[in-house]
Amino acid sequence: MRTPGVHSLSRTLSGFLCVLYLPFSVSAATPPDAAPVILIQNATVLTVSHGTIEHGSILIRDGKIAEIGQSIKAPAGAQVIDASRQFVIPGIIDCHSHIAAEAINEGSVSVSSMVNMEEVLDPDDIDIYRDLAGGVTSANILHGSANSIGGQTLVIKLRWGQPASKLPFEGAMPGIKFALGENRKRSNFSIPGQPRRYPATRMGVEETIRAAFSEARDYKKAWDDYNKRVAAGEKNLIPPRRDLKLEPLVEVLEGKRYVHSHCYREDEILMLLRVAKEFGFKVRPFQHVLEGYKVADELASAGVGASTFSDWWAYKVEAYDAIPSNAALMTRRGVIVSINSDDAEEATHLNQEAAKSMKYGSLSHDEALKLVTLNPAIQLGIDKRVGSIDVGKDADLAVYNHDPLSAYAVVQKTLIDGRVYFDREKDIANRAEIEKEKKALTEKLKQAEKKPEEKKAPEKKPEEKPKPPAPTPTPTAAQGAATQGGVR
Amino acid sequence: MRKRSATRLRTPLYFFNFLCFVCLFSAPAAGAQSQPPSVYAITHAKIFTLAGSPIEDGTLVMRDGKIAAVGAAVEVPAGAQVIDAQGLQVYPGLFDAVTQMGLSEISAVNATVDSAETGSYNPDVVAATAVSPSSEHIPVTRASGITEVLAVPASGGFDFGGGPGTPGGQASAIHLAGWTIDEMLIKKSAAMVLNWPQIQTETFDFATFSRREKPYTEAKQEYDRQVKELTDWLDRARHYAQAMEKGSVSKYDRDLKLEALAPVIRGELPVLVFANRARDIRNAVEFCDKQRLKMILAGGEEAYKAKDVLRSKDISVVLRPMLSFPPDEDDPYDRELTQPAELAAAGVKFAIASFDNSFARRLGQNAANAVAHGLSYEEALRSVTINPAQILGLGSQIGTLEQGKIANLIVTNGDPLELTTDVKYLFIKGQLTPLENKHRRLYEKYLNRPKASN
Repeated sequence: MRTPGVHSLSRTLSGFLCVLYLPFSVSAATPPDAAPVILIQNATVLTVSHGTIEHGSILIRDGKIAEIGQSIKAPAGAQVIDASRQFVIPGIIDCHSHIAAEAINEGSVSVSSMVNMEEVLDPDDIDIYRDLAGGVTSANILHGSANSIGGQTLVIKLRWGQPASKLPFEGAMPGIKFALGENRKRSNFSIPGQPRRYPATRMGVEETIRAAFSEARDYKKAWDDYNKRVAAGEKNLIPPRRDLKLEPLVEVLEGKRYVHSHCYREDEILMLLRVAKEFGFKVRPFQHVLEGYKVADELASAGVGASTFSDWWAYKVEAYDAIPSNAALMTRRGVIVSINSDDAEEATHLNQEAAKSMKYGSLSHDEALKLVTLNPAIQLGIDKRVGSIDVGKDADLAVYNHDPLSAYAVVQKTLIDGRVYFDREKDIANRAEIEKEKKALTEKLKQAEKKPEEKKAPEKKPEEKPKPPAPTPTPTAAQGAATQGGVR
Repeated sequence: MRKRSATRLRTPLYFFNFLCFVCLFSAPAAGAQSQPPSVYAITHAKIFTLAGSPIEDGTLVMRDGKIAAVGAAVEVPAGAQVIDAQGLQVYPGLFDAVTQMGLSEISAVNATVDSAETGSYNPDVVAATAVSPSSEHIPVTRASGITEVLAVPASGGFDFGGGPGTPGGQASAIHLAGWTIDEMLIKKSAAMVLNWPQIQTETFDFATFSRREKPYTEAKQEYDRQVKELTDWLDRARHYAQAMEKGSVSKYDRDLKLEALAPVIRGELPVLVFANRARDIRNAVEFCDKQRLKMILAGGEEAYKAKDVLRSKDISVVLRPMLSFPPDEDDPYDRELTQPAELAAAGVKFAIASFDNSFARRLGQNAANAVAHGLSYEEALRSVTINPAQILGLGSQIGTLEQGKIANLIVTNGDPLELTTDVKYLFIKGQLTPLENKHRRLYEKYLNRPKASN
């Protein structure tokens, strides 16, 4: 839960300030049961990787896509989803998100590589459910932009109802957040009681990163030497002192951790490319990268991706040259581009944000859809598992009632690992129950306030409200029959 | 050489816009001032007048800034500039009823922001005074089909939910074209901004950069104090207005703030009341009713909870973008998206607005999302055209395509609310207005960047 102004600040400062949460102690929703065999039928299947299949079917077994075609027979016992007049796309992948986290910024130091987002995952964050309802199935959970080198990041699946330990995307490469520019140098605000912090210019940002990687190089060398000598049979050696700040940077040098760098201006983009070249690491995607279109050739020849906004601009000086054609211009020059949210609400309509690249840069329907599916999967190194509708990939899917690149499309179902984690019909059906529960709780609270002397155990606080429950994968036949396009 | 009675224009979009740009905005080298054409005709278009059924193969004639004729059997006058709009559609230009257009350029840079005056009582400040006609936001915004906006002082940003100022100043209705603010003006003083005080038990304290909790009784006291202060202001304004009528206000005790409140007291100038939570909305409605103010609700995150009283008191709403999360965690996830349909069903009149500059071009997207969640398409179109005009008392001048109205309109290749639709031509005050803007310039420039050698 955020204060009213904070949502907007997060827009303005790109996640810098979204650290303001109230502790929340509502019981988590129950996740769906083990993945059944599901057959989705009669859908327009937008595979992203190999075109569109009209009246297509997708067979899901053990959480994976087992078969795709025009007429697949339902195996015995399969749950059949009639998706007539509906559109199925690969689940949306948000390459820049701050949901499901109890804290975003460790802002006190310029290099905060020792902190890790995985340690503050909050599986009860309602934004997980809301983003699921927007068709998002995976998200890259990033540290904020307070530091030149920020905290460690991870990719999650939006498995609403599961504990924090079940959220991480298994096998996905971990990452680290870098940040260049205004947020980093605190151009637009100061924190009372805190002195101005080095670096305060783009020059200093470069040197902060160079200094950190010089240290990391030396640290790596010390360990490499030590390990070599141990391997050679030397005894009684004292190992180098372990450094939790430098360890993740060594992983970057060894290609075991992706760099996600927040940036805006063309000059700082090229700066980081030079530093990366100097120290022999690679930036995976540049994040925001609103002036990426100015240096698209340089990004393409460095083999670096770009994850940007659709049409945000003018909220700070470094965003004044931001244009809605950015994604399209970079795509045309051969850069792998994704559109991200940086905001829980924006994430619920990333499909629409992708569509804008058709208008502002003449991308094709498939190219636009890739911006929020296959391309972010490639950027996050999870494209062998997700990002397109292909046999063998995870059954992470979003079902819409309309072409998903239209403002009139609404998500009907979202599946992760072949389980229905969001079902709009059931969400709507459950609302009366939630309303009833809230009334009962409010009534109880009122009674407790009337008779304070009789109060024993503390009652639920008013802000503790029930959440929409996660749907179970086996709805009753009556529910399915009640509406067309439903589960049979 | 025989002079043609009508000049036919059917050239590629960019070239055409470039020509218009040149002819409208460049002074000829010789120093002679060219006058733009005063008569235009759009022919063979499907015309959505929003004042009756769409007209197939229709003609619309503009003369001297106004719509001169619209219909299926309208003659093209001699000398008119003709746009053959075969396959295209014509709509009234969109009206964004809450923005900081021209008042704020780069929101993080204070030097470029004139949207909120300091202090709590500024009924005398007027948005039009600080609107910069050269703002880059203006051409960027109109390229998305928005032809007029309300520039609102003290309205905060997209999701700040209200800024300082209980009266925060006068909002100005402006065209998104004009050499000077005078040319842009539709109505200098179209509404008085009133940021309704909230009972805030929880605040964010920037001085200590931390969350502050306030006991309810303390928050309520603060709220009561603010409402009392507002009541005092209105009482004084009422007395002042009486004195003005009787001619007893001498120049010695002229009070510009009370003078500015006089039209509010008389019910001539509506108050645009920013409130989001149901309790605040109900309190504001009760207050305005008691004070006999003409209220327009702005924001209205939980307007649906007060729909009955809004309907019975005939209060219209300018809704903030529905692409936003509801205030409470247990609200349905699509609560804001379904609200327009619910208000329409309850008979509450509303407009949809961006509450922003940078995101103004998402106006149509927001309206379309309301349609996806149950609002009728017709009502969605009205909520960004004629409804805002009517709500601000400008319904007889603008908002539909009818004879005699100001010729603010767009020619598109499809549904103006859909994400992928292009605006092909745009008219403001009957003048073909360029769609060229900062974003298109940068797009063209970098599209044509030679391949980097590396």
